[in-house]
Order: sequence, then C-alpha cells, then structure tokens
Amino acid sequence: MPKSKSAYSVPTKKEKSDTYIFVVWVDNEAGVLARVVGLFSGRGYNIESLAVAEVDAVKNISRITIVTTGTPQVIDQIKRQLTKLVPVHKVAEFKREDKDVIFKEMALLKIVGKKNKIEKCLNACKKFDLVILDETKTSKVVQITALRREIDKISKKLKPWGLISASRTGAVAMTRGAKIFN
Amino acid sequence: MPKLYTGAEIVFKCLEDQKVEHIFGYPGGAVLPIYDELKNHSSIKHILVRHEQGAGHAAEGYARSSGKPGVVLVTSGPGATNVVTALTDAYMDSVPLVCISGQVPTHLIGTDAFQECDTTGITRPCTKHNWLVKDINDLSDVMHEAFKVATTGRPGPVLIDIPKDIQFAKAKYTKPKKEKKLNGKSNNKFSQKQIDQLIDLLKNAKKPVIYSGGGVINSGPKASDALREFVELTGFPITSTLQGLGAYPGDDNQFLGMLGMHGTYEANNAMHDCDLLINIGARFDDRITGKIDEFSPNSKKVHIDIDPSSINKIIKVDLAIVGDVAKVIAMANKKIMKKKNGHGKSNKSNIAKWWEQIQKWRGKDSLNFINSDDSIKPQHAVQRLYELTKDKDTYVTTEVGQHQMWAAQHYKFNKPNRWMTSGGLGTMGYGLPAAVGVQIAHPQKLVIDIAGEASVLMTMQEMSTAVQYNLPIKIFILNNQYMGMVRQWQELLHEKNYSESYSEALPDFLKMAEAYGCKGIKAQNPSELDEKIKEMIDYNGPVIFDCHVDPNENCFPMIPSGKPHNQMILGPNDQEENKIKGKGKALV
Repeated sequence: MPKSKSAYSVPTKKEKSDTYIFVVWVDNEAGVLARVVGLFSGRGYNIESLAVAEVDAVKNISRITIVTTGTPQVIDQIKRQLTKLVPVHKVAEFKREDKDVIFKEMALLKIVGKKNKIEKCLNACKKFDLVILDETKTSKVVQITALRREIDKISKKLKPWGLISASRTGAVAMTRGAKIFN
Repeated sequence: MPKLYTGAEIVFKCLEDQKVEHIFGYPGGAVLPIYDELKNHSSIKHILVRHEQGAGHAAEGYARSSGKPGVVLVTSGPGATNVVTALTDAYMDSVPLVCISGQVPTHLIGTDAFQECDTTGITRPCTKHNWLVKDINDLSDVMHEAFKVATTGRPGPVLIDIPKDIQFAKAKYTKPKKEKKLNGKSNNKFSQKQIDQLIDLLKNAKKPVIYSGGGVINSGPKASDALREFVELTGFPITSTLQGLGAYPGDDNQFLGMLGMHGTYEANNAMHDCDLLINIGARFDDRITGKIDEFSPNSKKVHIDIDPSSINKIIKVDLAIVGDVAKVIAMANKKIMKKKNGHGKSNKSNIAKWWEQIQKWRGKDSLNFINSDDSIKPQHAVQRLYELTKDKDTYVTTEVGQHQMWAAQHYKFNKPNRWMTSGGLGTMGYGLPAAVGVQIAHPQKLVIDIAGEASVLMTMQEMSTAVQYNLPIKIFILNNQYMGMVRQWQELLHEKNYSESYSEALPDFLKMAEAYGCKGIKAQNPSELDEKIKEMIDYNGPVIFDCHVDPNENCFPMIPSGKPHNQMILGPNDQEENKIKGKGKALV
C-alpha cells in the first residue's frame, strides 16, 4: 500500500459503473435546475445528458431527465439526495438496458453538399423517423429521433457526406404499457 | 380589507409567531428597514456581533444548547458571504439555523449593484434550502416554511434573501399553517417489522456495540433518556461520536469513551471486533470509520437515522431504520420490556465474555499521558477543569484542533446539549462565538470555551459582544504556541517540517483581556493551576484564561490515516513499554 501522507484515507477498490436514467419531478420555480445540477457537480456525480421542461402548467411541475453513470451505491445516493431537495416531488431511476422503459433523444441535423451526398444522408436517416424541416438546393435540415448511441453512430457516418452541424436534446424517458412511474 | 404590513413588519410578525426570542446580527444598508422595525418588537432581543461569522456561530451555540433554531440577520454582499462559513458548519453538523439576509432592491439584482452578491447562489450548497423573495405576498409563507425546513427531519440551516424594496412593500400577513405536510421530507415511517428485526439481532449478539451520534442530541432530551434505558436494558457497551457526547453519561461504566481517529483503544477495538454494530444517529464519518474496507469486518450493522440519504452512503448496513431516534429507541425499549423473559437480562450472560475482552482493552488506559511538575500538560489542564466544574451544570464549547480532542477525551459529559463543537466542517474560531450564543440561551449557567490560541484569534473580536451584553463566558486557552494538530501531523507525516505552524508574535492575552474590558488570568505551572481555574469560575464576568501548556504534547491515541480501527498508535507510556516507536512511525 502506498504510504499515505494525508489526513484522509486512500481510495479503495471501485465497483463497476453503469449508465442510469433519472426522472425527477420538480416545482417549476427559479433556481430549481441549479439545485439539481449543483447537487450533481457538488457531490462529484456525472451528467451525460439533461432534458428539462414544464409538463404540468396547472400544478407548475417540470420534469427533468438526467442520464448519468455510477456504481449501484452512487446511484442509490443520487436518488436519496435528489429526494431530499425541497422542490423535488418524486424521483425514478432506470438502468439504460431496462426493457420496460422507452428512451428517446431528438437531433436536428444540417447537411450541406451535392445532391447525391444529401440523398445518401437521407437514406441513412430513414429508419429514425426522418422529418425534413427545411431545404434549399444545396442544403437540408432534418429531424431524427433515436437512441443516444444510434445518433452518435449516424452523426459519425454522415460527417463525410456533408453533415456540418448537429443539435441534440438530452434523452427523455417513458415507461411502456399502462403503468406510470411512481 | 385586511390590514397590510410592510415586509419588515412581516419578518418580525413571523419571528414572533415562531417564538423567536433572540436574533444574532449585524446591520447594513440592505437590511436597514428590518433594523428600523426592531424597536417595535420588545419580545425579540437583538445581539450585535462584531463579524457575521460570529453571528452564525453564536446562533449555532444557541441552537445546540437550547434545541431551538438559531436566527441570524445580516446585510447583503459581504454580510452574506461572511456568514457562509457558519452556514456550512451548521449544515455539516445538522444545526437548525434561519438566516435572513438583505439584498439589493429587485430592480438592481443582476446589475452588480453596491454590496450585491448572488446570495442564494452562494449558499445553495451549504443550506438545506434557500429562498429569494421577489414578491412581498410570498414573504410570510416563505418565512414559516423556512422554520419548518430548518427544524424538521435532519435539522440544518436555511436562508431567506429579502431585497430591500420587498422590506418596504406591503402585504397581508398569514399565520403559520398547522401541521402542513412538507412534501414528504420529514421521514418517520419505520415499521414494527423493522423493530422486530432489531430485537432479533439484539437477542443473538455475542459481541455487540452501540455507536451513538449527534442525531440522539438533535432528537431531543427524550432521545437521550430512551438511549440510556436501551443501554441499561441490553447491557451492551456504548461508544459515541464527537457530536454525540453527553447523550449517554461519560462517567458510566458501560460507556467506552469516544471512538474514531482520537477515540479510546477499547471503543475502536470493540468497533472492529464486534458482531453487531448499532449506529444510532451517526453517519459513518471518515474520522470514525478509518479504512472503509476493514471497517468492523465481521459485524451485522444496524443504522437508525432520520436522514434516508445517510443510509448506505459510506457503509452498507444490514438493517436500516429511517426515523426519529427517540421514537425508534422508545419502541425498541417497549418491545424489549415485553419480551424480557425471552431476552432482556438473560442476554447479559451471552455477552459476559465480550465484556471481559473490553476490560482487557480498557487496561491499556489509552488516554494516559506522562504528567509533569514543571509544565502544565494540556490533558491535565482539561482534567482539572473537569474536576473543578463537574458539579455545576457546565456548558462547554471548543475551537478545532488538539485542544478539542483533549476536551472530548478528558471532559466527561453527563447531559445532552452541554457540548458544542465543530465536528463536520472543523471550523477554527467556532468556540468563542458559540459560547456567546450558549450564554445568551442560558444566562445563569457556566459556559466555557476550551480553546487553542491559534483558533481563538480567528474570532477574538466577539469578546466585545460578550462584554457588551455582560456574558460571563470563560475562554480557557490551552496555549502551546503552535497550531497543535497541524504540528502533530507534520511531526508524524512530514518529517518534522513544521511549516508555518508556529505562532510567531502571539498577543499578550492578559493585555488583550484588559483592552476588551474583561478579566485576564495566566497560568504557567501546574502548582497554580487549580487556584487559577477557581478564580476564573468565581469571577462574575467574561474571562480570558491563558493557560501555558507543554508545546510538544501530542494527542493520543490515534488511528493513522488509511488504517483500520485495530491499528492504533497509543500514547508515550505504551510506546516506551513496547518499544514500538519505530514501528508506530512506520504505521503512519
């Protein structure tokens, strides 16, 4: 063991980290996002993506979806810490591999180039609910929805064919079937 | 048409309805309307401190010694930033504080106005919750909720930032709602089944130990009573964290002393070797656990805590009971009483061997030190202070460092709320202002700050506060001319390179006392110590006691960093006996 020169213990073995998706229902008030995000940065948790919007205008509730990685113990801590925040109503968390939950991310892609290259791009995007939002002779802006990994892949593929700009949302999540998060 | 009140009036109406009697504060431009209103509310006394950090620590001392929330009033900008240390301290040690800060008028927020700062942004990570009140109609509700958040569940500090125009604006006042459900944040939903599981574990334990913490103090005097009953019923040994001292009588035979980095040999070995560990209101802090992988390796672990996020944060436990410790323990006691023939007394024979082992560990007398006739040993000074004050209902605060650990080791507390020290944050300069707050809450009691000369200089200005309000606090300085704990670590870990830990040019504390208008006493040799301590106790007014102690004394026993509980370094007697000096050094 290395000789510790500090008043603190040396870090010990680490468990395996997994990707999890947190869904957090919060009061839509000033500073609430800062509280949630500050909790993550302050305690050294990682945020891979973040999506937030008001979902209930009457009750003033926003829904925050956070993709994060951590050991089971850290994930458990994140949940307990989030639940402690005063404006947080409830917290749900899922493993990315969870079959009962749908995860989706949307991307806007701008493709500039010759017609045949743009065609190639459109073909590649077809299976991701392709919507053409804007077109000129030399460019197209398209919308796709897919998993994060799929969008990562397709962006890489499209780059040499003329993808010059991509704008992506964070992942959002919804359970399958009739049941809801609780 | 209901009567309209200004924001400043609403602040005071809320404080009155929350039964606040004292506020600790310092005026400034952005809180002047609130200060202007003070004269109309005779039931609330304002204590003028000399620095906002002092206001925060004084409010902490007030809260911890009385069980009521401490209230702080500061201005915007530097007023708010100065109080951040105290808020963080209160957050780490779970002390209920309500801090009201002034803010620049709403139309100037974000313009870098004079004495503007993002107070809610700065204090977000060091409060349970905070509010910026931008609408006067929200003010009374926010104020009431602030008290609720600060005092329910695991207590902690909150902050309300009130812009100056809101203090002038008018609105209706609303009284606090009774029994308002707080978003499910106060957790007290343990089940009978969990209690049954606990009882089962108690029954089967051969080598149990109870490890109690500040949660017992925070849960109120009833929790301490319940804990004492629990320990009596089970016959189990009990150890305590720094913050838990006083919940169980320090001079009782079942008490093993404090555990952790500077805890006793018997407490730490019991933690390491036990087969059942019952954590009551403590949080497995890193000063307690030592090396996590080797922490109490063979025990079933029970954790009783009101904060669900404390469970499994550091140590995975086998049984977690989330609830108010007073209620959980009381219920367990009831159950034990009921089943007495099945368990109760009979279990005591189960653990007789365990007690024998503990007695062996006790035989090490790990708090020993080599006393001297020539110089005052700091441990001896604390022991004498204890002996000469134990018959009074004494309240003790401390700063942070060696003196703090010696106070924890050698001063025995028999009641809760008598011991106020900065544990989590380890704030040097905590003790003097905390003593001010304690004395405000208990004007007739003896309040002593066991201090180090380096720490106490950080907040020395609060002596003025003590003198202004005739608070007879006793500042008992163990003066070793070093930042002792820093020096100790440098000696043990950094080849005696005492980098910047010697206090050059210390002030003459007697002259300082005189300058502040209080009494100064100096003790330099052991023969005069008792007489001088008595002089301090008998003096009706604030005292600065300059106790010159051996500058080379180290605080033992100690667990070196990264080591488990059963690898302690013991004091000089033991090191002489076993010639482990070399090996002990290698351990560090």
